[in-house]
Amino acid sequence: MKGKKINSNTLLLLITIALFFVMYIAGCVVYANKGFTHLQTFLNVLINNAGLLCVACGMTCVMLTGGIDISVGSLIAMDCMFLAVGMERWGMSAPLLCLLVLVIGLVFGAVQGFCIGYLEIQPFIVTMAGMFFARGMTAVISTDQVSISSNQFFVNLANMKFQIPFGAYTNSKGVLQIPFVRITVLIALVVLVVVFLMLRYTKFGRSLYAVGGNEQSATMMGLDVKRTKLKAYMLSSFLCSIGGICYCLNTMSGSVQQALGLEMDAISSAVIGGTLLTGGVGNVIGSFFGVLINGTISTLVKTNGKLLSSWSNIAVAALLCFFIVLQSIFAKIKESKK
Amino acid sequence: MSNVKKITGMRLFLPIFCMVLVMAVNILYDVASGNFALNFFTISIRNGVLYGRLIDILNRGSEIAILAIGMTLVVSASAGTDISVGSVMSLAASFCCMLLAGYGVSSTTDLAMPLIAGVLGGILLACVCGAFNGFLVAYLNVQPMVATLILYSAARAIGLLLCNNLIVYVREDSFKTIGGYLGFIPTPIVIAAVCVVIVAVILKKTALGLYIQSVGINKRASRIAGLNSSRIIFLCYVVCGLGAGIAGVVAASRISSADSNNIGLNYELDAILSVALGGNSLGGGKFNLAGSIIGAYTIQAITTTLYALGVSSDVAPVYKAIIVIIIVTIQAPPFKAYMKKRSAKKALAKGGAAA
Repeated sequence: MKGKKINSNTLLLLITIALFFVMYIAGCVVYANKGFTHLQTFLNVLINNAGLLCVACGMTCVMLTGGIDISVGSLIAMDCMFLAVGMERWGMSAPLLCLLVLVIGLVFGAVQGFCIGYLEIQPFIVTMAGMFFARGMTAVISTDQVSISSNQFFVNLANMKFQIPFGAYTNSKGVLQIPFVRITVLIALVVLVVVFLMLRYTKFGRSLYAVGGNEQSATMMGLDVKRTKLKAYMLSSFLCSIGGICYCLNTMSGSVQQALGLEMDAISSAVIGGTLLTGGVGNVIGSFFGVLINGTISTLVKTNGKLLSSWSNIAVAALLCFFIVLQSIFAKIKESKK
Repeated sequence: MSNVKKITGMRLFLPIFCMVLVMAVNILYDVASGNFALNFFTISIRNGVLYGRLIDILNRGSEIAILAIGMTLVVSASAGTDISVGSVMSLAASFCCMLLAGYGVSSTTDLAMPLIAGVLGGILLACVCGAFNGFLVAYLNVQPMVATLILYSAARAIGLLLCNNLIVYVREDSFKTIGGYLGFIPTPIVIAAVCVVIVAVILKKTALGLYIQSVGINKRASRIAGLNSSRIIFLCYVVCGLGAGIAGVVAASRISSADSNNIGLNYELDAILSVALGGNSLGGGKFNLAGSIIGAYTIQAITTTLYALGVSSDVAPVYKAIIVIIIVTIQAPPFKAYMKKRSAKKALAKGGAAA
């Protein structure tokens, strides 16, 4: 029985990975003349979605406990606005602001986690209020679109290029293009690896799975369920703040409408990556591929050029639907075998 | 002491208390700014139509009230929320306007097809969306929030596609009536009232209300007792979609256009909030329709009051968030247990002192 369970979950993950490669190769074939085959296109997917990757890692941890965190999009907007206004209007130093943003994330997550863990309020409602709150606070900080240009440290950080020694090509003008990644990608990958190791090898990581699998048995095993939940939401908001810094390094601006609907991207990435919504099953590697699929879809739509951007939303939603149905079918099969 | 408890224990206490609080704030505000103290309640007839802040709240709150009906049933039957209603509203509005204006037309003054066909088309599409959600939740056992997440992100995008990425304007009088005035009464108020009455009568005259509650309390037990649990849950989602469709058409008619990006934005949150404010448990089971309706108008009253106090629409969510957290904290079982323990301790201390 146990072997069967692992099989169906790995199967979901394998489907996701296969889907990503099929999609990407299809893109390479169809849009070969538009530069889809270059390594840089793939790296751009990573650069554009570095923030989302951090958020998706946090979301996976929360979803493992059987919860959900829909405040992430608004929290990113608040982080970006705080960074932008802090640098441009208050003239504060970038490292200090980044540190403050991380602290804000922790506090924000702690409040949400307290309401969910200790007051036993539904996660969806609490984080919905958090979403309202963060979006509103963004407007309290400023309702303008603030772009970051004066803080030299931050600008340098954003423009930093890390070149990759292979995959170089000459473009149509005959200039050698060396593929590169931004610092945000490195941050996101470090986050991914750390969360992966944490989920696999630490006590906290294992208790996340235990709480999501069955709360009652987790309590009986002597795990502090409330505390674990509190920590999970703190972790989510913390990673979201890291994602917010990445997002800000990418957009170099803050506005009230920023990262609208990002929570849905993060959730769909995690679901596509095989994280069960009921909790207890999932992996950040899956979420990583979920983010890549998300990014590839929007790149495909953009490369086409003729399609409306709403097609990428519809495609992601259709994929989400496909995976949800797949999960439910697997769950039904498992139940009937019991 | 026991009288206080009796009053606070009433099911409608929370929404009515909030409503009274909002009214008090309004009166205070009017007094502070030197207006007539009961300015909030004055209803007059201007330009041949009813005018007043109360009428404005009733008018603007119609969509939320219609959504709250469906949301109450969904919450009760499936212990989950339908977060797609706002997007479905936008989709219904887009489809309705597209039918009325013709595909690819961005502005029209005469209708491409009869008004009723366009309106019914929009509402029907919303019902289909509701049925899709219901199918996922009832028959595939997907968590409600996640099942509706699909349409939450897709419906608005499909609406944009239907409108060819344009804002479709339908500047036609009969269409404007839906969101305008019927005689001297704002039509949305009438529509909301009709919806509420129809649903209330159905729930009262048939056993459906009881069935929904019993499914919400225990799905498996209800099935064993002979109820078709899945079909009842499915039905609730269809009703929710129907409500979203009606609300969408009203919202489109109000601005006589289909603005896919803005119609119904954050309405799902208002609808859920009104259900919670109405004293209904978000964990499913027993429900109170009247509470939800009062809750819906209270939300609108809060929004209108905030705007009247000069809070910008961007900042208003902060206050709404604080209100939500306070309400759900009061409802939370651990909080209730804590309060009970405290009052018991107090009683004990009193008893000890007396002895």
